[in-house]
Amino acid sequence: MMPDIGHYALILALVVAVMQGVLPLAGLSKNNEKLFAFATPMARIQSLLVILSFLILDYAFYANDFSVYYVATTSNSNLPLMFRLAAIWGGHEGSMLFWVAILAVWTLAVTFFAKDLPLRFRSSLLAVMGLISVGFIMFILFTSNPFERIFPAPFDGRDLNPLLQDPGMVFHPPLLYMGYVGFSVAFAFAIAALLDGRLDVTWARWTRPWTTAAWVFLTLGIALGSRWAYYELGWGGWWFWDAVENASFMPWLIGTALIHSLAVTEKRNAFKAWTVLLSICAFSLSLLGTFLVRSGVLTSVHAFATDPSRGLFILLFLVVVIGGALILFALRAPSVGLGEKFDLVSRESLLLTNNVVLFTATGSVLLGTLYPLLIDALNMGKISVGPPYFDTVFVAIMVPGIFLMGVGPIANWKKASVPDLASKLKWALAISVVSALLVPNIMGRLSPMIFVGLLMAFWVMSSVFTSIKMRLNSIPSGSLKQKFKTFGRAYNGMLLAHFGLAVFIIGVTMVKGYEREHDITMQSGETKVINGYDFKFDGILPIRGPNYIAKQGQFHVSKEGKPVALLTPEKRLYPVQGAVMTEASISINPVRDIYISLGEELEEGGWSIRVYFKPFVQWIWLGCVLMGLGGILTMTDKRYRLKNSA
Amino acid sequence: MIALRPILITVALFLSTLSFNMPAFAVDQVSESPAVEARLKKLSIELRCLVCQNSTLADSDAPLAQDLRNEIRKLIEAGKTDEEVVAYLVARYGDFVTFRPPVNATTALLWFGPFLMLIIGLITLMIVLKKRAKLLASDETLS
Amino acid sequence: MKLKFILPLVLFFILVGFLGKGLFLDPREVPSPLIGKPAPAFEAPVLGDPSKTFSTADMKGQVWLLNTWASWCAACRDEHPLLVEMLAHDIPLYGLAYKDVEADALKVLDEMGNPYIITANDADGTIGIDYGVYGVPETYIIDKAGIIRYKQIGPITPESLRDKILPLLKELDA
Repeated sequence: MMPDIGHYALILALVVAVMQGVLPLAGLSKNNEKLFAFATPMARIQSLLVILSFLILDYAFYANDFSVYYVATTSNSNLPLMFRLAAIWGGHEGSMLFWVAILAVWTLAVTFFAKDLPLRFRSSLLAVMGLISVGFIMFILFTSNPFERIFPAPFDGRDLNPLLQDPGMVFHPPLLYMGYVGFSVAFAFAIAALLDGRLDVTWARWTRPWTTAAWVFLTLGIALGSRWAYYELGWGGWWFWDAVENASFMPWLIGTALIHSLAVTEKRNAFKAWTVLLSICAFSLSLLGTFLVRSGVLTSVHAFATDPSRGLFILLFLVVVIGGALILFALRAPSVGLGEKFDLVSRESLLLTNNVVLFTATGSVLLGTLYPLLIDALNMGKISVGPPYFDTVFVAIMVPGIFLMGVGPIANWKKASVPDLASKLKWALAISVVSALLVPNIMGRLSPMIFVGLLMAFWVMSSVFTSIKMRLNSIPSGSLKQKFKTFGRAYNGMLLAHFGLAVFIIGVTMVKGYEREHDITMQSGETKVINGYDFKFDGILPIRGPNYIAKQGQFHVSKEGKPVALLTPEKRLYPVQGAVMTEASISINPVRDIYISLGEELEEGGWSIRVYFKPFVQWIWLGCVLMGLGGILTMTDKRYRLKNSA
Repeated sequence: MIALRPILITVALFLSTLSFNMPAFAVDQVSESPAVEARLKKLSIELRCLVCQNSTLADSDAPLAQDLRNEIRKLIEAGKTDEEVVAYLVARYGDFVTFRPPVNATTALLWFGPFLMLIIGLITLMIVLKKRAKLLASDETLS
Repeated sequence: MKLKFILPLVLFFILVGFLGKGLFLDPREVPSPLIGKPAPAFEAPVLGDPSKTFSTADMKGQVWLLNTWASWCAACRDEHPLLVEMLAHDIPLYGLAYKDVEADALKVLDEMGNPYIITANDADGTIGIDYGVYGVPETYIIDKAGIIRYKQIGPITPESLRDKILPLLKELDA
């Protein structure tokens, strides 16, 4: 009964979404203001229906209703409640419904927080979001219905993939989807502005907090996914340049470019066509990611079961949404004005140069991700493009961008001079070169890669401090505290995000440069010295989890007689899926992780064990969190409170 | 169709408890020389496991991956260079086996395209900015 | 309308073309670089009779099929009845038991019928590596000069038999 209500709610949501999409646009073309009044109520009803539908499906997971085919395939009555509720996004159908539910959350947010936008503009905005919702609800209803029933219902479900039975997987998809789907708001703003012919400074100001919000979610979502991979996949990697990881990274890169170009558009009313194009690109890449994950055109860890009809449907949807947006762009963008003047050397120009770099970097990721497909489609063979390619090409393109990141915040708006910049930054440069040589000296090994990585990180950090110093000096009087108060959240947020990136780069460089891996075999009771630490293996304990059984290794780690940690890596058997999983155990501290995973039990007795030392690895995610916090600070700046600005 | 589903589920449940398509025996014959293991590691993280195609040869537990690792150990011990080891695998499995695509006519766009794009992008930005400055300057004189 | 504003649209449609084509390709299938090259030579004990050996050298001058299989492989069992049916076509089918326990492999032949003229035993899988086997069953067609002309990845299906294998054998035999 309940699942049928969920299904009907979704059908009803489709009907309402069509009205939400069509009526306001009809109003726009016929200049009939009355039709605009439909936008907000329809958007709210549609969103609530979708959310209701989602909650009903999740209730089926809660209630172990295995008469729902989707529940029977992705859950199990022994699965702990938290994972059961999260199992809803553990498969294709449910995660699509989740996608639309997140779109509904954003739609509701727009109806509540963008109340002060002009009616005409807000209606077009909601109409665009409604049309996106129409496409996805149709996709769910026609190709991927999560409410499909089976009769008779099986006694129990096939269980959630054990890899996904992890707290990280409970929170990673919601954040990631909030980010992905959040770019639909920026997209809708862009389309509404093109339709309405109001590409101007106010448009840029309205878009900025929404874009930043989506970017914050995406940043945190990607970081959480990466951290999950780090401890769950058992080999200590945190990024593999897998097709699906790239699919989430590309919108992030373009979103980052968009945040910076919006700054230029808001300040100088300039490069509006470019900014609009980036808004379209960010969401287009989100959609492309959805296509890549769900069509099976690329091999990937995350790919869902393939079904050509699904792929075809999404591709068609892509053509309509992106193609339509780009046609509108081609028609309307040429008529936007030039905006105000700024010099060839200015913060504006530097921001735009950063845009070229980020755009190219995205291009390299896209090219690398799709190249195997292109070559195959042209019948030129099969190749794999993996980490060695991206580590070379992507990083090489980003280095000049990160150098500019140190210069940009120092440069004046409108007009800056090279000699002035050089004199302001000479100390930052000197300090970063010295530090980048000093740190490897302490760590015991220097390589060009390590030097460049650390140089970039310290360069950005010292530039952040130079910015603060300059800003403080520019205020003639007052105590330090009073001076700091004048900074404004947007400015602090920018500095924090930049600092976060530097922290991230330190993490990456230190791990890449200095990580150690040891494959060893140990007998119970044995002690081995690895990398200066004593590892005492106290044997294996049998463990029984809620839905698995495990063998748990007991390792006492100590250094110079002082205990450091008790590490308990596991080898788990999930009987429902017959899957064996390796659970790593990690001792975390700010400057190093000790990571241990159980290999195989050896015939001659004992176990094969893999131990990693990963210096500064936590800084990778710490950096992402700082970037996210920077974004939150920026978007809550009073400048963007709509009340007084519209 | 609907009526078939429970049967399919039962079959799937049954199948999943058995590990089909995997031979039961394969063991890494770890070399006594750390130098061999280090080179194996360096090589195998850039090679693709053909069975579970998203793992590297270094991380995969698939029996074929273990066999291939053992094969690479033999080749290294026989004094082959890294290039020769990769060539050995490429001859059997094609370029698909390496995560580092070879640089040739087919992949020229892949390897050099992004740098070309960066240069073109920067030049375009320069031109656009200059043109824009000129237009704005002439606007000013007009008004 | 200026060209530069249409450029994104053009690029997008090129991309869509490739993505559309991609829907009908299998990214997991790895074409063999050995096609058109001499079949790797090997000599291996005959399954069920280790005192005898099978050698590729003996096959010179004939067109033949080498089917890699194993008792632990579910897809091979699916394929097996078709192979037995192929006996009617008088196809020179040779087997390669890949990484199998001899007794298990023999049991399959006993229970499901033996479609092979001879099965060579590749117990440690080294012949498989030379042939670039990455997932049994895989089937190679080798011509009179000892050149690999075709590789079927995965089970032979009635369609692939009718559309590819039989026509090719006819052509090679002529």
